[in-house]
Amino acid sequence: MTPAIFGTRHAQALLGSLGRLKRNPLATVLTLLVIGLALALPAALGLFVANAQSATGGFSHAVDMSVYLKSGVPLAKAQQLAANARERPGVEQVTVIAADEGLEEFRKYSGFGAALDALQSNPLPNVLHVVPSGDASGAAALESLRRYFAAWPEVDVVQLDTEWVLRFNAILTVLRRLVLIAAVLLGAGVLAVVGNTIRLEILNRRAEIEVTKLVGGSNAFVRRPFLYTGLLYGVGGAVLAWVILEAAVLVLDQPVATLAQLYGSRYALQGPSGEVLAVLFGGGMALGWLGAWISAHRHLRRIEPRA
Amino acid sequence: MILFERVSKRYPNGREALTNVSFRIESGEMVFLTGRSGAGKSTVLKLVALLERPTRGTVTVNGKSTGTLKARHIPAFRRQVGVVFQDHKLLVDRPVFDNVALPLVVAGAPLKEVDKRVRAALDQVGLLGKERMLPAELSVGEQQRVGIARAVVSKPPLIIADEPTGNLDPDLSLEVMRLFRRFSDVGVTVLVATHDQHIVRELAKREIVLASGEIQSADGDALPHVIAKR
Repeated sequence: MTPAIFGTRHAQALLGSLGRLKRNPLATVLTLLVIGLALALPAALGLFVANAQSATGGFSHAVDMSVYLKSGVPLAKAQQLAANARERPGVEQVTVIAADEGLEEFRKYSGFGAALDALQSNPLPNVLHVVPSGDASGAAALESLRRYFAAWPEVDVVQLDTEWVLRFNAILTVLRRLVLIAAVLLGAGVLAVVGNTIRLEILNRRAEIEVTKLVGGSNAFVRRPFLYTGLLYGVGGAVLAWVILEAAVLVLDQPVATLAQLYGSRYALQGPSGEVLAVLFGGGMALGWLGAWISAHRHLRRIEPRA
Repeated sequence: MILFERVSKRYPNGREALTNVSFRIESGEMVFLTGRSGAGKSTVLKLVALLERPTRGTVTVNGKSTGTLKARHIPAFRRQVGVVFQDHKLLVDRPVFDNVALPLVVAGAPLKEVDKRVRAALDQVGLLGKERMLPAELSVGEQQRVGIARAVVSKPPLIIADEPTGNLDPDLSLEVMRLFRRFSDVGVTVLVATHDQHIVRELAKREIVLASGEIQSADGDALPHVIAKR
């Protein structure tokens, strides 16, 4: 078989499938709607997680800790301790915040300037501000770092400034898992919907399939239009899911901007990225094709011509 | 072209449709298969078209033994056999052209060639100009001829027909049979199952008579050499 004939046969099967979908608009639209919703739901969840992550993007890796030294430890000792700390693997940066600087800062930002003036001496200790390196920002690594500093005799207390970031990252991880579960379950749903739709169509076209096999149509030939139908359902469902996502972004855009403004941010809601769309269309097509294949494989074999 | 050697066929329900049937049909021959209803005519045709496989014995068609042919080779095998049915098995929602073109399309013929051959086949059965009509718009005789055009369109070396005149009046029946004779005249092997004795006499071709699943008479060669070999 030449490539031209091969292409022609596939084009015929594709056009035939399109034509049949068009002849049954109501059934086609309902099936597409189910597939579209099933694809849109995990995609929307994924979009939510991606937005949550990028909205807080600045913080999620800025896990750092403050190491408060005992109040009697002099600044020179603090400098020396900072130099030691910089040697430890997992430490990106150590800054010494001298007690005087700390007081100055506190005076500037806290609004208690007048009250501080009443104090005779500086109550603040020297502080080491430690930024862990990127690969040591996990919960376990941070805990080991905390214990390392807490064991020093000069150290009073170690405070993990950004525990909420860890919590937030944990929540994101849970959400990502949820997206995965939703994607798997709803993907299985798409398989079932396409498979069942194809099964019904095979039963409807039983006579045609019998005659085709009778005149020498191979299983591949008989199966081909059904596979294209499944593929078209996948593409159509993905298009619908895309429309749903964009519509949701459109509706949410204004309230999200308002919310961001209240937090002093100019964050704008992001629509589905090219990557998300690629997964959506790729996943839709793969599921449509696979659902059709499974159904066709199971049901076409049982249809053999009878005289 | 067709060789049956001690063929028996038992259906899953236990009915033995054929018992120890042997015959040979040469290439280019036209043969009638006759007998009462239930004598086994249809079973013989099903074995030839590979819709069924023999329970015992061997059926060889076109040099291929049907008992051992692998499933994936069946489509190619069937393309070598044109089949005409009593109920013509046309696709009622497709125009005449599509129905006749089907064997060419499944075989992957180029579109131009499909067009040319379908017209030629319709011309042979006298239906040129009715390509766009639906089967339901045609008379019963015309529908049967569409079925015949479909069976011959890919020029198979063998045509088998199961009671092709069962629904036709005597004049039409004779016309259809003459059509088959014309194919046989150009070298196509034709095997027609019929119970219409009038037609068999009229065309004066070899006749294999079945009764209760056994061969009652097969004028000429009953394959003594094949039987002796075993």
